Amino acid sequence: MRTTLTVNGERHDLSHDERLSLLDAIRDQIGLTGTKKGCDHGQCGACTVHVNGRRVNSCLTLAAMHDGDEITTIEGLGTPDAPGAMQASFQACDGFQCGFCTAGQIMSASAVLEEIGRGEPSHVSSSLSSIDGMTDGELAERMSGNLCRCSAYPMIRAAIARAAEAAE
Amino acid sequence: MTFDFKMDQPQPRLLDSTRQGLIGTDMARPEGLLKVTGAAAYAADHLPEGCVHGMLVRATVTRGRVTAIDEGSIGDIPGLLGVFHGPKFIRNPAQGMAGESPIRPDTEVHFHGQPIALVVAETFEAAREGALRLAVTYESAPAEVDPETASEVESDEPDTRGDWDDAWGKAAARVDLTFRTAGHVSAAMEPHAAVAEWQGENLLLRGALQMVATNRLELADALGVEPERVRVVSPFVGGGFGSKLGIGPEAVAASVAARDLGRPVRVVMARQTVFDAVLRRTETRQRLRLAADADGKLLALAHDDRISNLPGEGFAEPVSSASRFTYDALAMHFAQEVARNHRTPSGSVRAPGEAVGMITLEVAMDMLAQLLDIDPLDLRLKNVATSHPMTGQAFGEQRLADCLTEGARRFGWADRPAPGTRSEGDWLIGAGMAAAARPNALQESSARVRLTPWGAVVETDMTDIGTGTYAILTQIAGEMLGLPAERVEVRLADSDFPRSPGSGGSFGASSSGSAVFMAAKGIREKLARTLGCDPDDLALQDGIARGGNVERSLADLIDGELGETATVGPGKTAETHASAGFGAHFAEVAVHRWTGEIRVRRMLGLFDIGRVLNERTARGQALGGMIWGMGGALHEALEHDPRTGHIANRDLANYHVAAHADVPGDITADFLPVRDDHANPMQSKGVGELGISGSGAAILNAVHDACGARLLSIPATPDKVIAAMEEG
Ligand code: FES
Ligand code: FES
Repeated sequence: MRTTLTVNGERHDLSHDERLSLLDAIRDQIGLTGTKKGCDHGQCGACTVHVNGRRVNSCLTLAAMHDGDEITTIEGLGTPDAPGAMQASFQACDGFQCGFCTAGQIMSASAVLEEIGRGEPSHVSSSLSSIDGMTDGELAERMSGNLCRCSAYPMIRAAIARAAEAAE
Repeated sequence: MTFDFKMDQPQPRLLDSTRQGLIGTDMARPEGLLKVTGAAAYAADHLPEGCVHGMLVRATVTRGRVTAIDEGSIGDIPGLLGVFHGPKFIRNPAQGMAGESPIRPDTEVHFHGQPIALVVAETFEAAREGALRLAVTYESAPAEVDPETASEVESDEPDTRGDWDDAWGKAAARVDLTFRTAGHVSAAMEPHAAVAEWQGENLLLRGALQMVATNRLELADALGVEPERVRVVSPFVGGGFGSKLGIGPEAVAASVAARDLGRPVRVVMARQTVFDAVLRRTETRQRLRLAADADGKLLALAHDDRISNLPGEGFAEPVSSASRFTYDALAMHFAQEVARNHRTPSGSVRAPGEAVGMITLEVAMDMLAQLLDIDPLDLRLKNVATSHPMTGQAFGEQRLADCLTEGARRFGWADRPAPGTRSEGDWLIGAGMAAAARPNALQESSARVRLTPWGAVVETDMTDIGTGTYAILTQIAGEMLGLPAERVEVRLADSDFPRSPGSGGSFGASSSGSAVFMAAKGIREKLARTLGCDPDDLALQDGIARGGNVERSLADLIDGELGETATVGPGKTAETHASAGFGAHFAEVAVHRWTGEIRVRRMLGLFDIGRVLNERTARGQALGGMIWGMGGALHEALEHDPRTGHIANRDLANYHVAAHADVPGDITADFLPVRDDHANPMQSKGVGELGISGSGAAILNAVHDACGARLLSIPATPDKVIAAMEEG
């Protein structure tokens, strides 16, 4: 079957097996391998990308469901020579070790800042209508879908807090 | 020229007098920007021209024989290229540093989930369908899967010291406890992966591997080819934690299929296969006995354990490793039993031994302090070993007492309220502490350093599995040769490069770093000769060499290129001196009065790791270890089906590794300034596993302080906490 995806602003016409996941489309068909597969079951967050501006576990959704969608991957946020703000903040704070969960952490983190910016509450927010801002507890809760077995968590949260401050 | 160095005597502290100012700093990782932008290519990120996809098939019986694999059962799958199995396939990953093929069971099955075949197809989807649907028939044999009831149990003579009965008999206080720990998995975020590509008779294997030199030997042996025909590369590895020490079934299967098909083959383990087929950490049952006089001086210490492994697997978790040298006692006793069973075989998972042994020792110490009514900190300070109690060796450097006292000061240990007196709503608050210890070793390692007019190039087959190898080798070479980090290039993890031990056992940084250090030292000596000064008077900084009143740029001094290859290895100091990392953990927890939930609110670790090579990567290692210790204490457990031994919770939804929400914002790790002159020429010690040692004990001891519940089985899940609260 055929699907058209726009990834990081570039259009890709794919001809593929119906069962192709969005993750495998991005990695193996389009060749953007920065997005990682840690579990293929929506349990680790390594495959997080943005679909039409919202974070999604790309292993949990089929490519065929995204005809016409706008996808952003880690490569869309910056390059080694010109890293994006969140990427630079992760490098500055050592928000990774092996780097395998990192694309997912960064894609989630940049979405989290927007979710908080839009006033969307989380499980730890004190009420549905008012959230407590960029507290460490809010970040920890909202980032908990992104596992890091290296356990770089303290540095990841420092990196997100730093990027949030810089954005203000 | 090859420069051979054996660590026969302490070496001058050269890194304390070099001028570049790179060593020990918190320099950012040179490869970091590749990682944060998705540009770092891990094994499975390679899809060479014509590459096809393989999926491993698992055994669905625990023990027996595969009698038929019906390829016709999946013959209708479009794009199917073949089903591979047979005498070259390995049963399980090699144990660390094996250097030869693991058991090749051919048609035999020894555990549930054992990889028995590989289905290869043009697409991943087709290969996956084939692996799921392939019809396999077995002849099943009975299998024991419970380590407690195993009929085959091996044991060696216990290691002992002193007169046990006498020491035990005259004690004023005694602790005698049984402690249980669940099995663990490494669960590196990168599933095991291999891309095999034959070029004529030569194999290029891109793998997710920690030790490429021995992995190459293991792979060549399994395939029956000369090692010279095999090249293994693994420049980026998505975490290892012991699980990628040895060559795995994915690499052998991919190589077999690629050769037959004449096309590159990529095999990535499904996450469930990583659980089933990669070596686990054994569950343990431990008996810990402590006896002390009324002042708290230890008289007797015994740490006996029972672990399990598959018949024929040589690895045995060294559970009592740190109990042998952390504290001193007149009488000591260490015994181990290995129960043979048919669960997934066990092997190294981060900090084998200490991860499960130190938590037991340190909970026992807390119980002893309680019995004697002594501050747990003071009890430890009274008993810190001043030499290795079992071998009599002096310690190269041992700063456990300083870690304990300084850690206590920073944590505010002395100001904590009396046990069981703090609560916030339904949460009971408590504090606990524990010691950390882990042996340190120098392993034979080689590196090549080349100085060119541009800067320096370092080559070694050492890996960086997130530990910071790219950073520290850049710093060592830059520091020794007077070059800024931007003018040092580190090339790793290619079996064509000089051989290192790889990443494992916390020895990688010191061993491969020492090789780079000695190679660079050789270059310094040549530079001094050219400059006409004594090597001791040579000062190198920012590409300028100074010595004997002469100043020249490095580019002028060298004629094209100056190279040195060094091989370093352990020598006499490893016999005369014991080397180990030490530390102290402090934790504050909240325990929910009604649900038994434990929340860790604060953790502080202070460590003696000798010279710190990179402050930030060392801290990352220490914090990661502390969080692993927390996860082991509170969450992690392999659950085995009692009928088949099969791992029932074989994915990341059912096996809980610590997530952001488990980790407190207030968690710190720091290091004392120490030099271990007997460890290696850089005076450094390992850090990758030390952080786990004891961290879970600080948490369990804090739980006791908060609510009186004494947990003697991990993970300390809420059901156990509630039961223990009712008892306590
Ligand atoms: S790979 Fe998608 S959540 Fe793990
Ligand atoms: S950096 Fe290794 S898993 Fe997160």
